[in-house]
Amino acid sequence: MVTLLSPIRLWAVVAKEFIQLRRDRLTFAMIIGIPLIQLALFGFAINSDPKELPMAVRSAESSAYTRSIIQAIVNTRYFNVTEITDSEQTANEILARGAAQFVINIPADFTRRLLRGERPSLLLEADATDPAATSNALAAIKQIPNTALAHDLNGPLASLQSAGAPFSIDIHRRYNPEGVTQYNIVPGLMGVILTMTMIMMTSLAITREHERGTMENLLAMPVQPLEVMVGKITPYILIGYIQVLVILAAALWVFHVPMLGSALLLMLGVLLFILANLTVGITISSVARNQAQAMQMSFFFFMPSILLSGFMFPFRGMPQWAQVIGEALPLTHFLRFIRGLLLKGNEWMAAWEHLWPLLAFTAVMMAIGLRRYRRTLD
Amino acid sequence: MRMNNREEIIKVKDMSKSFGGKVAVDKVSLSVYKGDIFGFLGPNGSGKTTTIRLLCGLLTPDEGEGRCLGYDIIKEARHIKRQVGYMTQRFSFYEDLSVRENLEFVARMYHLQERRKAVDEALDNLGMKSRQTQLAGELSGGWKQRLALTACMLHKPKLLLLDEPTSGVDPEARRDFWEEIHRLADEGVTVLVSTHYMDEAERCNRLAYIAYGHLVGEGSPQSLIADSGLATWRIESADIHQVAEKLKRINAVEQVAPFGTRLFVSGTDAQQLEQDLSAFAEQEGVNPERTQPRLEDVFIQLMRSSEEKRW
Repeated sequence: MVTLLSPIRLWAVVAKEFIQLRRDRLTFAMIIGIPLIQLALFGFAINSDPKELPMAVRSAESSAYTRSIIQAIVNTRYFNVTEITDSEQTANEILARGAAQFVINIPADFTRRLLRGERPSLLLEADATDPAATSNALAAIKQIPNTALAHDLNGPLASLQSAGAPFSIDIHRRYNPEGVTQYNIVPGLMGVILTMTMIMMTSLAITREHERGTMENLLAMPVQPLEVMVGKITPYILIGYIQVLVILAAALWVFHVPMLGSALLLMLGVLLFILANLTVGITISSVARNQAQAMQMSFFFFMPSILLSGFMFPFRGMPQWAQVIGEALPLTHFLRFIRGLLLKGNEWMAAWEHLWPLLAFTAVMMAIGLRRYRRTLD
Repeated sequence: MRMNNREEIIKVKDMSKSFGGKVAVDKVSLSVYKGDIFGFLGPNGSGKTTTIRLLCGLLTPDEGEGRCLGYDIIKEARHIKRQVGYMTQRFSFYEDLSVRENLEFVARMYHLQERRKAVDEALDNLGMKSRQTQLAGELSGGWKQRLALTACMLHKPKLLLLDEPTSGVDPEARRDFWEEIHRLADEGVTVLVSTHYMDEAERCNRLAYIAYGHLVGEGSPQSLIADSGLATWRIESADIHQVAEKLKRINAVEQVAPFGTRLFVSGTDAQQLEQDLSAFAEQEGVNPERTQPRLEDVFIQLMRSSEEKRW
């Protein structure tokens, strides 16, 4: 008779699995590490109700009333005044660069018209590329006209607010007036997909040679580390571009994402981003001992990239420490670049601000990779 | 002797290497001369592969020094790599590249002039012109080995390091392989080859035996046999197993090796062994004949004496 389940053989398999698991330290570390990291990221870092968003004030005039209004806006805790200017051009630039999420415009004769009971309006421009990041703040500001001047308009002026709000705030959602989520997600997806495929494919490149035994032969030949590393990542640049074209075509014709910036600049930015990811992959590859480890390390890099880059959750909603980690990731800068280019029509100067971090990242990663590249089998 | 005025291709002194506290190679000193076919013998895990890897710069020695082709093995490994052909124990060319693509890759690695011509010639010599588009992974063991040898000869190295090149290869392919090695040695290429096989050891003009990371014997096959101090007798019998069991009980008998219907009986105390054997012969009705010790017996003797030294 054939035993369907022999307890002894079953135990043999279970015991063997435990032994192997214990010896595979990286897997073991992941079993403990992943829940901890996930808890930290989801529990503390991610906040879909971002507060204290940077706001620039463009004021053509300043009075006790406008100061009260600004103060009331800040008091909602959704806004934080980071810059005050009187130039429209500067204000536009700040918004285009993404240095501020909002610009509030105070027109020249605001106070005069307020006091004459003309119910003037303020213009609030919002960077709506990421609708999720601004929606709560925009909801909070709707109450401002009713309450902001309650203490200032007293005595004979009290009549100004007896019949409704003494002024109004017009909201202008720049770059994505209809608040289409896809406009934000689809360009971001390009970055996410590139991160995933580029890192995974190259992370296997050197470990595969080690595992198949071909590394021994390669090392015995007069080939330099830089030749191996650059040679291995070059084909993937082409693969990366193919992916970009597919995603871009879908973005433009299926999701109707606008493309306001230059195609040449887009291709350059994409190149820098692909390079940044490929150097991560090749560095993982020169550190990892086998292909399974390389995959685990890729995943370790990929997870924070998705969660802390501003792809899934508003970047400005995260606490300081999470933003610091986020700033170190190439995806964060690429998202800013691609959204700025497609939706805001960023030019070279504005784009450069997001591109140099990619270059710096690539240089540092390549240096680490070359240092860790094993020239011998020691 | 003519050996003394020949150019030293490999000269290492007191080279040691350990991995995680375990000593793999312990103070090995070696000299290999131009045109030698230097056989490197020893049991599994004795440090043969490690020694070869140290010689071609794939590993860095913990201690000791050495020169290979006139270059320092620690500081000038890059120069050594250009002039050495190293054939790994396991097939380590790309199985997912074709025969030709593998050769072209190697040709580019060494900056060969007239790459196409060099590869064509190699394919001709290999007799694989018609199979040049076949994937290397689909080749049989013997063909893989021939491809590997051709590939590591492509840049015309002065020194060939072959790590168990004939393991898993059929006898005919092995013979062809050794013919090729001798032809290369005639052309002035120096060959260092590690092997398990005694018949291959006999084809070398110099041998070194390594056990537990120690070099325990070195010299030509003849001098190793002469210096072993072994005396060997051959006994023919229809029932060699029973005879062997009885022989092992004699003190002076140190080794009994069955070989078909013959037994090779060896010991270091020749006089005592001769006496004991003649008594045994009368008792059992067998006829021992004095013969040359075989290399195998010599190596087992070397290994045992190194074991005794260790414990």
